[in-house]
Amino acid sequence: MAARLRQFWRVLRQLSGGDAYERYLAHHAACHPGETPLPHREWFQRREQQKWGGIRRCC
Amino acid sequence: MNKSLSWLVWVAVALLGASAFGGIALSRGESVNALWFVTAAVCVQALAYRFYAAWVAAKVLCVDETRATPAERLNNGHDFVPTNKWVVFGHHFAAIAGPGPLVGPTLAAQFGYLPGTLWILIGGVLGGAVQDMVTLFFSTRRNGRSLGQMARDELGPIGGVAALVATFLIMVILIAVLGLVVVNAMKNSPWATSTVAATIPIAMIVGLYMYKLRPGRVMDGSLLGVALLLLAVAGGGWIDQQPVLREWFNHPGLPLAWAVIGYGFAAAILPVWLLLAPRDYLSTYMKLGTVILLAIAIVLLHPEVKMPALTRFVDGSGPIFGGALFPFVFITIACGAISGFHSLIASGTTPKLISNERDIRMIGYGGMLLESFVAIMAMVAATVLDPGVFFAINSPAGVVGKEAADAVAKISSWGFPVTVEQMNLLAQQMGEATLFARTGGAPSLAVGMASIFGSAFGHGMLAMWYHFAIMFEAIFILTTLDAGTRVGRFMLQDMLGNVWPKLGETSWYPSVLLTSGIVVAAWGYFLYVGVIDPNGGINILWPLFGISNQILAAIALCVATGILVKSGKLRYAWVTGAPLAWLVIITSTAVWEKVASDDPRIGFLAAARGLADKLTAGTLPPEKAAVAPQLIFNQQLDAALAVFFVALLWLIVVDMLRICARHLANKPVPPLAEAPHEMTRLEEAWQRD
Repeated sequence: MAARLRQFWRVLRQLSGGDAYERYLAHHAACHPGETPLPHREWFQRREQQKWGGIRRCC
Repeated sequence: MNKSLSWLVWVAVALLGASAFGGIALSRGESVNALWFVTAAVCVQALAYRFYAAWVAAKVLCVDETRATPAERLNNGHDFVPTNKWVVFGHHFAAIAGPGPLVGPTLAAQFGYLPGTLWILIGGVLGGAVQDMVTLFFSTRRNGRSLGQMARDELGPIGGVAALVATFLIMVILIAVLGLVVVNAMKNSPWATSTVAATIPIAMIVGLYMYKLRPGRVMDGSLLGVALLLLAVAGGGWIDQQPVLREWFNHPGLPLAWAVIGYGFAAAILPVWLLLAPRDYLSTYMKLGTVILLAIAIVLLHPEVKMPALTRFVDGSGPIFGGALFPFVFITIACGAISGFHSLIASGTTPKLISNERDIRMIGYGGMLLESFVAIMAMVAATVLDPGVFFAINSPAGVVGKEAADAVAKISSWGFPVTVEQMNLLAQQMGEATLFARTGGAPSLAVGMASIFGSAFGHGMLAMWYHFAIMFEAIFILTTLDAGTRVGRFMLQDMLGNVWPKLGETSWYPSVLLTSGIVVAAWGYFLYVGVIDPNGGINILWPLFGISNQILAAIALCVATGILVKSGKLRYAWVTGAPLAWLVIITSTAVWEKVASDDPRIGFLAAARGLADKLTAGTLPPEKAAVAPQLIFNQQLDAALAVFFVALLWLIVVDMLRICARHLANKPVPPLAEAPHEMTRLEEAWQRD
């Protein structure tokens, strides 16, 4: 039960984008070791800017 | 044993679906329960998903679960990321679900409940969902390339340019018509206007919270925003009671249209984190929450549908928009059954997130089924109203008359009895001064939703529910407006960059101002004319929007059919070819009627001629004569636009057929642009739900 709830919480955080920065850090650590990752605020701003550069919402 | 049990279950689903479907379709004279609509939709969609979609995925597309997707091969941590399929489904659905499937069915209810419902179900499972799924699949096989790029790669430069131009124009028409829906919901309503206005500072507060106070905390920021939005709905009711304050928000259509235009421009040049991004978080939560609430309320309450199966307006004489059942029910429903716009999402962000090809059926096909289901609920919300009330809310003053007494007399004479007292009582319950002539679908949907919510969760708060529904529609209409203007700007900068590279720099401020201004002026023009048009503007803009949307869908299906034929799957080409042929027939017929019809309620040119004759004869009242030259020009422009759309469509269809014929004759064609096969390595590392 607890495991189920944790899984649900994980999916919920992924859905809402709540864990996106953690995933960025994990990806950064795995693929670009040695480089400093962007701080949370800069990363968030850049991501939002990029996200709305294309068609993301419809009729 | 297990297998035969599963067959038994599916046979039961088929029987239940068939009887629900038959009940809706054959019922005459007595009212039908809304639960049958939900049952028919769920059964039809479940069968289609289990059998047709599975067959298309396995036999036509040959989905390969061992093949690495672009998310895996090109994983870069931000746009290409292998993602849990439920998360991708959530993002995809949030992106495709907009106001279209709410407005279209509401307007199409003027034909009765049956034609729209049938098309939402049949068009959805055989057309729209197939389009979304195949586009998603082909884009996934091509590293997430966009529809325009796929058209250029697979069909040639003509297809690429046609897709680009169609996308830009559909965006302009879409934003104008959605702006008009919001303006019609806000005009002379201080409560609605103040609530919608409050969504702007609320979005900014949430933006500041997510960016400045607690960077990246999107969940608590969104919760804060939702709470503030609910407060704004209640606050609007308070403002409505204040004699001085309410006048600040009490405006007719035209000033509100200017406000929307000014807002659109500001939103397009402000940084995304301040307004657009936080507003989108809020609208996504509101949208999902309200749709779920509406589904629960319909099941709990199972209201009776009061609209007849077919009305007399199938002959084309309808008050909301002119035009006969064929082809206009298909054009009007648009997004709820087949939406070309989805192909832009299915070839945009979604293919870059898919971790395994076998998720494509659920995300592409399943996402569209859910969208069709929302359209069915909108149809229910519109048809549970008394038909007289439905027509009184949606008929423009230019058709039924400005005075309430004239309007009810006219609507009652059509066989849909309604009284002034009934409308006044309803308006009072909903906290509005009047509900007459609120064309556009949002107010009648809000009345329908308020009465459903009111009956299911307590009648005392009808006015709150009504304005909640208005706010809910307005917030994601405004999101589409912001996002659409921004995308239009990028497309324009891209095109102008070919002429003068400096204009193509997306961060060069003069270019940003210029191109944003051009895009806003383009949709602002149609919005302005829609507002000054005494017939409500919706009757012109919505068919034009429907035509452009269906043409975009046809372009996506052309690309898919071309790819199928080129991959040697000619015998399956009907899967996309049949919906394509149907779209070509309905859009060509609709454009023909919109241009050549002698009925001024249908034909653009006939309307322009009629108005010009009256203007020269001097029979128009002065306020109408003042705007007549603009309306005449607009009708001619709309005719030209409609012809241009259909010419674009035929160009790309002929181009696709030419490519197919060359391929079948073994002549050289542009090669398939599919990325080479690579084995997936994700399976062992990737924890599947």
